[in-house]
Amino acid sequence: MPTKSIHDIAASFSRRGVLAATTGLMLGLASISGAKAADDTIKVGVLHSLSGTMAISETTLKDTILFLIDEQNKKGGVLGKKLEAVVVDPASNWPLFAEKARELITKDKVSVVFGCWTSVSRKSVLPVFKELNNILFYPVQYEGEESERNVFYTGAAPNQQAIPAVDYLMKDEKVKRWVLAGTDYVYPRTTNKILEAYLKSKGVAQEDIMINYTPFGHSDWQTIVADIKKFGSAGKKTAVVSTINGDANVPFYKELGNQGIKAKDIPVVAFSVGEEELAGIDTKPLVGHLAAWNYFESIKTPANEKFIKDWQAYTKNPRRTTNDPMEAHVIGFNMWIKAVEKVKSTDPDKVIDALPGIEAANLTGGTSKMLPNHHITKPVFIGEIKGNGQFDVVWKTPGLVAGDAWSKELDGSKDLIGDWVGKKCGNFNTKTNKCLGSGS
Amino acid sequence: MPTNLSARLCTFVLSLFLIAFALPAFAGPFEDAVAKFANDDYSDTDEAIGVVASSGNKLAFPIISALQDGRLMADPDSKKVYVTGTDGKSIDAATGEPVASVPDSASAVRLNNRLRRSVDAALGSLTLQSPDLGARLQAAQSVFKSHEETALEPVEGALAKETNKSVKTALGDARAAILLFKSDATEVQKLEAVATIKARGDQEALALLSDIGTDQPPSVAKAAASAISSIQSSLAVWSSVQNAWYGLSLGSVLLLAAIGLAITFGVMGVINMAHGEMVMIGAYTTFVVQEVIRTRYPALFDYSLLIAVPLAFLVAGAIGVLIERSIIRFLYGRPLETLLATWGLSLVLQQAVRTMFGPTNREVGNPSWMSGAFDLGQITITYNRLWILVFTLAVFMILLAMLRYTALGLEMRAVTQNRRMAASMGIATSRVDALTFGLGSGIAGIAGVALSQIDNVSPNLGQSYIIDSFMVVVFGGVGNLWGTLVGAFTLGIANKFLEPVAGAVLGKIAILVLIILFIQKRPRGLFALKGRAVEA
Repeated sequence: MPTKSIHDIAASFSRRGVLAATTGLMLGLASISGAKAADDTIKVGVLHSLSGTMAISETTLKDTILFLIDEQNKKGGVLGKKLEAVVVDPASNWPLFAEKARELITKDKVSVVFGCWTSVSRKSVLPVFKELNNILFYPVQYEGEESERNVFYTGAAPNQQAIPAVDYLMKDEKVKRWVLAGTDYVYPRTTNKILEAYLKSKGVAQEDIMINYTPFGHSDWQTIVADIKKFGSAGKKTAVVSTINGDANVPFYKELGNQGIKAKDIPVVAFSVGEEELAGIDTKPLVGHLAAWNYFESIKTPANEKFIKDWQAYTKNPRRTTNDPMEAHVIGFNMWIKAVEKVKSTDPDKVIDALPGIEAANLTGGTSKMLPNHHITKPVFIGEIKGNGQFDVVWKTPGLVAGDAWSKELDGSKDLIGDWVGKKCGNFNTKTNKCLGSGS
Repeated sequence: MPTNLSARLCTFVLSLFLIAFALPAFAGPFEDAVAKFANDDYSDTDEAIGVVASSGNKLAFPIISALQDGRLMADPDSKKVYVTGTDGKSIDAATGEPVASVPDSASAVRLNNRLRRSVDAALGSLTLQSPDLGARLQAAQSVFKSHEETALEPVEGALAKETNKSVKTALGDARAAILLFKSDATEVQKLEAVATIKARGDQEALALLSDIGTDQPPSVAKAAASAISSIQSSLAVWSSVQNAWYGLSLGSVLLLAAIGLAITFGVMGVINMAHGEMVMIGAYTTFVVQEVIRTRYPALFDYSLLIAVPLAFLVAGAIGVLIERSIIRFLYGRPLETLLATWGLSLVLQQAVRTMFGPTNREVGNPSWMSGAFDLGQITITYNRLWILVFTLAVFMILLAMLRYTALGLEMRAVTQNRRMAASMGIATSRVDALTFGLGSGIAGIAGVALSQIDNVSPNLGQSYIIDSFMVVVFGGVGNLWGTLVGAFTLGIANKFLEPVAGAVLGKIAILVLIILFIQKRPRGLFALKGRAVEA
C-alpha cells in the first residue's frame, strides 16, 4: 500500500502545519498534498468541556471518542479514509459551546460532532447545528421533550430510566411514599414533573409525594436528610428518587450514611450517580442504594469485558472505570460509522436520512436501534451499590425500551411524536395531524 | 501438646458425629431450603431464609449471618452451598461438614434490599439471646422494625432472661410492636403496647403507630391517635432544637471558610478571589497525606487529619506568601485590578490542580472518630459536624490570641490601622503584609482539611465557598474577627430556620435579600471598626 503511506506522511504534515511552513521545499510539497490530505481524513468533532465545573464528567467522554477513533483507524478507518479527531474545549461555558460548535463545523469542516453533557449546552448549540446543517450525537440521559433533525440522542429519555426505576421500587420494594429530590435546573424539574404525573396516575396521593430542590453544588444536607427521615417515618415504605446532579451527590450520600439512613430502610435511587461519581467516596455505608442506567461496568458480557480491557489498555490505567454515557457514545459512534458506510458518504443530509433504522450492538448484549424520533432503544438496569464502588444489577427490563422524545405522562406532550422518516417533523401532533414546526 | 491436639481432634470428630446424627431429623425441608440459595433467584433466597431461620437447626445462625456478610457461597452447577467462616475455613451449609475448599464456580449469594430486611428479621430472632450485649440490642431493634408474629415467643423468652436495662427496654418495645400488629392480641394487650410505644416517643414509634391500620378496636385506635399527637408535639419541639444545631453546624462551616478571608480581605483589605483555591489546596494536601498514609503507614489513618492540619497550613501559607510577593504587593490600593488579578489566579490554580490530580473527585476518607452519629434526645448529631464545630472554635480562639498576644499580631494590627504611622515606628510593613497574607491563606488551607470531610475534593471545591465567605465577612463587619464569628453563626442559624419553611433554594435567596437590606442600613456590617485611620 505505497499510496497509503504517502498519504499518511502528508496527513501528518498537514497536522503539523507549522513544521511544513518552515522550509521552502517542504512548503511546496505540503501545498500539493495538503489539499489532498484534507480529503483523506474524515474529521470528527469532539465538543466536551475539558476545564470548568463539567470537566469532571466530560473529560472521560472526550477520551472515549479518541479511543473509538483509534480503534476504528486500526480497522482501516471508514470509506477507505482515516478518521481524525478535532478536540475543542468549551470550558463549561454555555455560550462558548455554540461558538466552538461553529468553529468545528465551518473552520475544521467536521462531518459529525460528538458532544455536550448538560441540557443547557445542548440547547445552546442547537441553532448552530440547524443553521450549518451538521450532526450532533448527544450521549447523556436527559429530560426529553425534544426531537431535532440534526441531533441524535443516544442517552436515556425519562421513559428509559426514571419510569422503569419507579416501577421497580413500586413492585419489588413496595414503596408507597416518594421523595423526589433534585438539583434546581431543567432536567430534574422536568423529570420530577413527569414522575409526579406518573405516580399520581398509579394512585399515589399528593401527601405521599415530597418534592425538594437544592441549588447546584449544595453541600449542607443536614436539614434535607432529616426531613427525608421524618417523611419516611409515616408508617409507609418510603424511597428517594434522586436527580441530584454532579458534585452535590457526595455530601448527600455522606450525610445519609452519617445519619444512619440505610438502604434497607429508605432506599435512594439515583439517575445521575454512576461509577465515576462513586469513585470519590467510600461506598460501604451506601451499599444497597440504587441507580438506574442503561449500562453498568459490572455487567458481564463478552462485548463489555473486551471494551473495558481495551479501554484500560488505551488509557494505560488499569483502574479506569467505564460508565453509561460512555456506552452511549460507543453506540452512537458505531451507528454513525454504519450509516456512513451505508450511504458511502459523510454528507450530513444523507447520513441523517440513513441513521433511523440503523442497528448497533450495545455493550450489555443487545442490539440498539436508531428510531425515527432520533432516540434509540436501550435496556434498563437497576443496580445496587456495592462496597467496591461498582453496581450489582438487581433488575432489568425484559427487552429493550424505545426512547420517547415526548413524554406520555405530561399533558402538553402526550399527543406529540417525533418522526423524521415519514412525517419529517420533530413535534408532530397525532391528534390534530399537524406538525408544530420549529420554535417548540 | 499432643494430648491437647488429640483432645481437640476428639471433640471435633465427636461434634461431626453429633451433627451427622442430628441432621437426618431436619434433612428434608432444611436441606431443600439450603439448596435454594444456589438458584440465584431473589424470591427463592427469600423463601430459603424463612425456612432456615425457623428450622431450629444449629446451622441456621451461621448460614444467615454468613449470608448477611456475603460469606455464603453457592455453586450454581452442583447446587451446593458453603459457609466460609471469618477464619477462611469452609463448611457445607446443608450438612455442616468441613470442606477443603469452595469450588471456583461458587459465588457469594446475592442480596437486595428486600432480602436484607428478611435477613435482619431472621437474625433478630436468632440472636435475641446472644451472649454479646450489642448483638442482643441490635436483634431487639430489628425485631421491633420487622415486628413479625413468629418472633413473639423468642422475644418473650429473651425478655424473661434479660438482665441489661437498655436491652430489656428494647425487647419490651419489640414485644409491644408485635402485639400491636398481632390480629388475635387482646384489647388490653394492645392498649399496653400503645402506651409502651408512646413512651419511646421517637420517629420510629410514630411510624409504627401511624401504620396500625383501621381494623383495630375503637379504644386502641383512640389511644394510638392520642399517642401520635403527643409524640408529634414533642418532636416539633425537638425539631427546632435540631434546626438550631444544624444552624450552628452550618455557621461553623461558614466561619471556617471565611476566617482566612477575614484576615486577607477583612484586615488587609485585599479582595482575594483566590481565597477559595487556598481552601481547595488545603483539601488536596489532606488527600496527598492520606494517600501516603494508605500506601505506607495504614495504621496511622485515624491520625491523618491531625498530620494534614499543619501541612495544609504550611503549603497554603507558602503559596499565599508567594502570591503576595509576586502579584498582590504591586496592586495595593487598586481594588479593581486586585479583584481581576486574583480571580484570574483562582482559575490558574484550579486548572493547575486539575492537570496535576485530574478533573474527577478525589476520595478523602473519614477517620473512624469522624464517622457516624449519636442521638441526643430526639435529634441526631453526626460526629463529623460536631468535630468541625469544635475545630472551628479552636482555630478562631488561636487566631484571636495570636493577634492579641504576639509581636506579629501587634504589628499586623498596627499596619492595618495606620500603615504610615506603623512604618514610621520602624515596622517593616511589606514583610508584615506578606506574613499576614500568608497567615490568611494558611488558615484557609486548614479550613480545607476540615471541609474535605464533608464536601467533594475536586478542583471546584473553593468556588462554592468564595461567595459565602465574602458574605460572612461583609455582613460581620470588615476588619473585625468577632464580627465574622457572629456573622457566620447568624447566617447559619437563619438559613437553617428558613430552609424547612422556604426550601433550600428560596432560603438562600431570602438570606441574600436580607443581607442586601441590612447592608443598606449598616454599610459597614454588624461590627464596624471605629477609628480615624480605617480608610488610610
